[in-house]
Amino acid sequence: MIFSLDLLTEALIFGVLLGCFYAAVSIGLSVSFGLLDVPNVAHPAVMVFGSYLTFVLTGYGLDPIVAGVLLMPAFFVLGVLIYRFYYESFEKRGSEAGVRGLAFFFGVAFIIEIGLILGFGVDQRSVQAAYIGSSWALGDYRIPYRMLVAFGVALVLTFGLTLYLARTFTGRAIKAVAQDEPALRLMGANPVRIKQWAFGIATGVSALAGAMLIIVSPVEPAMDRLYIGRTFCVVVLAGLGSMTGTLAAGLILGVSESIVLMFLGASWAPAVAFGLLLIALGVRPQGLFGR
Amino acid sequence: MKYWASVAALLVLAVVVALAPTNDYFFYAAFVVLQFVVLATAWNILGGYAGYVNFGAGAFFAIGAYTAVVLFKSIGAPLAVQIVAGAAVSALLGFGVGLLTLRLRGIFFAIATVAVTFVLETMMINWRYVGGATGLQLVRPPVELFGTYTRMLFVVMAIVALAAVSVARYVQDSWIGRGLRAIRDSEEAAECSGVPTLKLKLFACTISGALMGAAGAPMPMYLAFIEPASSFSLNYSVSALAMPMIGGTAHWIGPVLGALLLATIQQVVTVTISGEINVLVIGVLLVVFVVAAPDGVLGLFKRWLRSSR
Repeated sequence: MIFSLDLLTEALIFGVLLGCFYAAVSIGLSVSFGLLDVPNVAHPAVMVFGSYLTFVLTGYGLDPIVAGVLLMPAFFVLGVLIYRFYYESFEKRGSEAGVRGLAFFFGVAFIIEIGLILGFGVDQRSVQAAYIGSSWALGDYRIPYRMLVAFGVALVLTFGLTLYLARTFTGRAIKAVAQDEPALRLMGANPVRIKQWAFGIATGVSALAGAMLIIVSPVEPAMDRLYIGRTFCVVVLAGLGSMTGTLAAGLILGVSESIVLMFLGASWAPAVAFGLLLIALGVRPQGLFGR
Repeated sequence: MKYWASVAALLVLAVVVALAPTNDYFFYAAFVVLQFVVLATAWNILGGYAGYVNFGAGAFFAIGAYTAVVLFKSIGAPLAVQIVAGAAVSALLGFGVGLLTLRLRGIFFAIATVAVTFVLETMMINWRYVGGATGLQLVRPPVELFGTYTRMLFVVMAIVALAAVSVARYVQDSWIGRGLRAIRDSEEAAECSGVPTLKLKLFACTISGALMGAAGAPMPMYLAFIEPASSFSLNYSVSALAMPMIGGTAHWIGPVLGALLLATIQQVVTVTISGEINVLVIGVLLVVFVVAAPDGVLGLFKRWLRSSR
């Protein structure tokens, strides 16, 4: 393909929109893995599960975003339960939680994925809404409305969580758990209850992220495999637990993926996230905005 | 001595079964079961002994398979050469992944191996010579021994499996195994007491990679076809991890038990119910075992021995 400035601009615009979307789907993981150190590889699978529930709810005439918001409390409870179970089975027992905990979440991811295949089949599913399918003409460029919607929701999510963690009492407590758990224990606080709450929030947020996922593109059950790379890439690149870093890392991933997509073709795009992740892990494991 | 006698006995048994007029489907299924024995055993050398979770077994497996395809397509190399070369290339990949352990531990290492899988898969998808995304049909050469190609592959895989288990047994009983276990328990403490941790980790990664490559190399000939999506499938990765976890990671017999048990269940389920359910079986058993029986079937067995005494 011939290189041109027009194409590059288009790739950049699309990349920024895509990047915000990637930040939004990663922000839950940024809390659960980045702040709480839970090796939650099932995060993308939970998100895809959210997409499918959104798909079911839109069948009753709901708007996908409204459906996503409605799902959040249920996912919050789900997250609390998952963390409780994880804590009782692994963290409490102490040693070797790493390998087994990781295997546990891989198992959970596979169970969700196959459950979705059994429930909905392997076909792609998509939702209908006024803003899906049409696009906004900005000069010579056409920007799909669905990307703009995802962009908006992503910004709200990211800034909302940043403010929550920085300003509220519980938010600061969550950050405190991440920094120094024994110290928190000495202050008489219960770190397990705070982590449980935080994991609930992380999972609740992935319900909305799942709704966005199905707005941006059709979903299929095995999609979580691709998003393991994308979400972990963003979280690691961001520096564990940094919310503004998550936005920046999402933008880096979005722009590089969209440039590769434009100039090398779609078949190379999945490698971008994983390649970036490998580079980040190899060169700067503490991330761009590491603690 | 007793061990080598049983290895020889099993080998003779495999040859006899392959010469006997058994139903060909048996070999078709038994090949896959043996393949998982190799994968699980190989995974356990790094994952079980040293505690580094490799979630990229699919990558090693597929690189073995693709090496075999390239050699077969370019110079028509015989199967034995394909397997040795597949093992060698996968060993190199293992060495590379081993270098990652310099900086990465726990989940970071696991995620890095997932990343390696996807990056290599994308490369193969874009490599026209080996068929790209659509795959490549292969014409199997005629066989002299054992009548059919599947029978011959069964015997070959039996040899590879016995070799893999013997390597794992050797590693476990030698100073290498003690060193790896020291790394698993505490890498800092091991390093401080003079265990050459980096050397051992590189060794474990290389050996484990080589064996996985050897497991994958006969795959294209088995299917007479190769294609990236199924070769790099995370199903191989999750099986390679689940089988030792379910069998028990402390002893070389654990992954063998786990693989025989799970792969046989999978073969039966795939035929009788469906291909999706067999992945579900793996997922559910993995979760149940890591939560309820962290030491696997072996641990349960030991507990039972103790209580019955």
